[in-house]
Amino acid sequence: MANWISRDTRLVVQGFTGREGKFHALASRDYGTQLVAGVTPGKGGTVVDGIPVFDSVHAAVKATGANASMVFVPPPAAADAIMEASDAGVALIVAITEGVPINDMIKAKEYLAKGSSRLIGPNCPGIIRPSAKVKIGIMPARIHKAGFVGVVSRSGTLTYEAVGQTTALGFGQSTCIGIGGDPINGTNFIDALTLFRDDPETEAVIMIGEIGGSAEEEAAAWIRANLKKPVVSFIAGRTAPPGRRMGHAGAIISGGKGTAGEKVKALKEAGVHVADSPALMGETLKKVLGK
Amino acid sequence: MKIHEYQAKEILRGFGVATPRGRVTDSPEEAGRIAKEFGGRAVVKAQVHAGGRGKGGGVKLAKTPDEAVELAKKIIGMQLVTHQTGPSGQRVKKILVEEALDIARELYIGITLDRAIGRPVMMASKQGGMEIEVVAAKDPDAIVKEAFDPAWGLQPFQARKLADALGLTGETHKKAVGFLIALAKAYVATDASLAEINPLLITGGGDVIALDAKMNFDDNALFRHPDIKEYRDLDEEDALEVEASKFGLNYIKLDGNVGCMVNGAGLAMATMDIIQFAGGRPANFLDVGGGANEEQVKNAMRIILSDANVKAVLINIFGGIMRCDIIATGVVNAIKEIGIKVPVVVRLEGTNVEEGKAILKSSGLAVIPANDMKDAAEKVIASLGKAA
Repeated sequence: MANWISRDTRLVVQGFTGREGKFHALASRDYGTQLVAGVTPGKGGTVVDGIPVFDSVHAAVKATGANASMVFVPPPAAADAIMEASDAGVALIVAITEGVPINDMIKAKEYLAKGSSRLIGPNCPGIIRPSAKVKIGIMPARIHKAGFVGVVSRSGTLTYEAVGQTTALGFGQSTCIGIGGDPINGTNFIDALTLFRDDPETEAVIMIGEIGGSAEEEAAAWIRANLKKPVVSFIAGRTAPPGRRMGHAGAIISGGKGTAGEKVKALKEAGVHVADSPALMGETLKKVLGK
Repeated sequence: MKIHEYQAKEILRGFGVATPRGRVTDSPEEAGRIAKEFGGRAVVKAQVHAGGRGKGGGVKLAKTPDEAVELAKKIIGMQLVTHQTGPSGQRVKKILVEEALDIARELYIGITLDRAIGRPVMMASKQGGMEIEVVAAKDPDAIVKEAFDPAWGLQPFQARKLADALGLTGETHKKAVGFLIALAKAYVATDASLAEINPLLITGGGDVIALDAKMNFDDNALFRHPDIKEYRDLDEEDALEVEASKFGLNYIKLDGNVGCMVNGAGLAMATMDIIQFAGGRPANFLDVGGGANEEQVKNAMRIILSDANVKAVLINIFGGIMRCDIIATGVVNAIKEIGIKVPVVVRLEGTNVEEGKAILKSSGLAVIPANDMKDAAEKVIASLGKAA
């Protein structure tokens, strides 16, 4: 399987003319991503910072050959924007928007299952591949360095922490994927881990989970059966009280399920090296690699 | 968002879910009149968001209208303590007075999101009145589940399967099917994240009635339900958390003594964890979000410090979108304005970090700089020792 982003990635940004959308679209372009189009219904035909704006994703794809999309559309219309990108044949859809209703995501996910698009997010920082100088997302490019560690995480800033630590150690990153903090997302840990398994640039993995749901337990079972590359993990929320949503819609211990303890146990049983402290993700990897 | 039982029943009745006759009030005299309407016997139920009200003494049966008045006097204004309220309890403002029904059987029905399959799932158990978590732990086979597509709703055949599993037959089986379909409809139409009927009552006459009802809603979908938003009861929420939400801050009060301010939910949780790892206890979760401004940072500091337990503060920022100079300016101004007495440890990383550090340094304030997360946690714990 090829990496999801490369030098051939041609990006359209949905919700391009909003403050956030424009800022991060241009930052992605500055990093090296081929930004080919923006979409804002009602503003088609204009050109913003040298980027042509279209009224629909279909029009943008037809005119520019865009094959990836970054979604900044506000929550009430975000799921519709995701479905529109899929319908237009965009291969990779990265939804940054935070606060998409669950029922909308159920609908969008079901719709996407009928097509061949991959969705990352929503409520995520996006994806970056330093070796190809391409990013689709809101992560600070500066802290990244081309290297061999694949990073996958439900949390944005905690991803930056892992990136900062692996850059400081000189390891660098192959691809970093933020899968987002919502209970229903397009790409899960196993999807990202599959990419890392098949990716020649990736030699080791840092997987950052958090309380809520059972995605980490499912990933642990998959790692045990399918992944030979070393995996270091950290699970956030050991001190979180049950029944409280810790910022992310998906980060909640409900019905006694989804605790950090259960996740750590499952990961350890799968041979994953679990760092006890978020400050020790890089150090733990260093020990595992014997470097 | 959580709502009261009487509000959940109001919503459910609108979808054709059978509930006992009842009215909400804050007056003992009115409670007596309502009881009289129902023939004298009535159940008086404290309306607070927390579960476990019965065990806490917030649900009582009155055999006469006079008794209803007496019970109402006791319950209204009481500090109801349950396993979900914390030791100080929750003050009862209103009671729901309902007709007393004869109980043949008590069952359980709940709907919530099954994250693993990305669909809502209806759960049924014969063990009504018990917490579903307890049943799930002791006897998971006793819970029967049916996942359904929200676009289609719970199908009649699925409801029949669930009614079978509950051991219902004949006319009661038929009534249960209608009940379950209506409940599923209400769940989807209101963007609920939980709809729980515990217990689901089967009366001696074979009627199927929601004796209790609990509904939670997807906060992200409230924009399309202004009517449900009206049900929000700020008195049921922590005052500091409500205050924080006004400034777009995500704050949750905990019981430790190290206050923290962090950007990003995952990093905020991890910061709580590392404080504990270093031997301390976090006083709160606080996510200032991705694009906080100076004003928000100032308010975040004020809110953290209005918790009297806080003996030291740890600020941990990994600025991506967030600029470190903005954080630093906010922190400096907050300390100057509020006159902070406790040690403040600041770890800044990311965008404009050098400018941020320079602002802190030139402020002349006794802010303790930290190089990384581990350093920050250790320094904040060390500062606690000195303060004491």
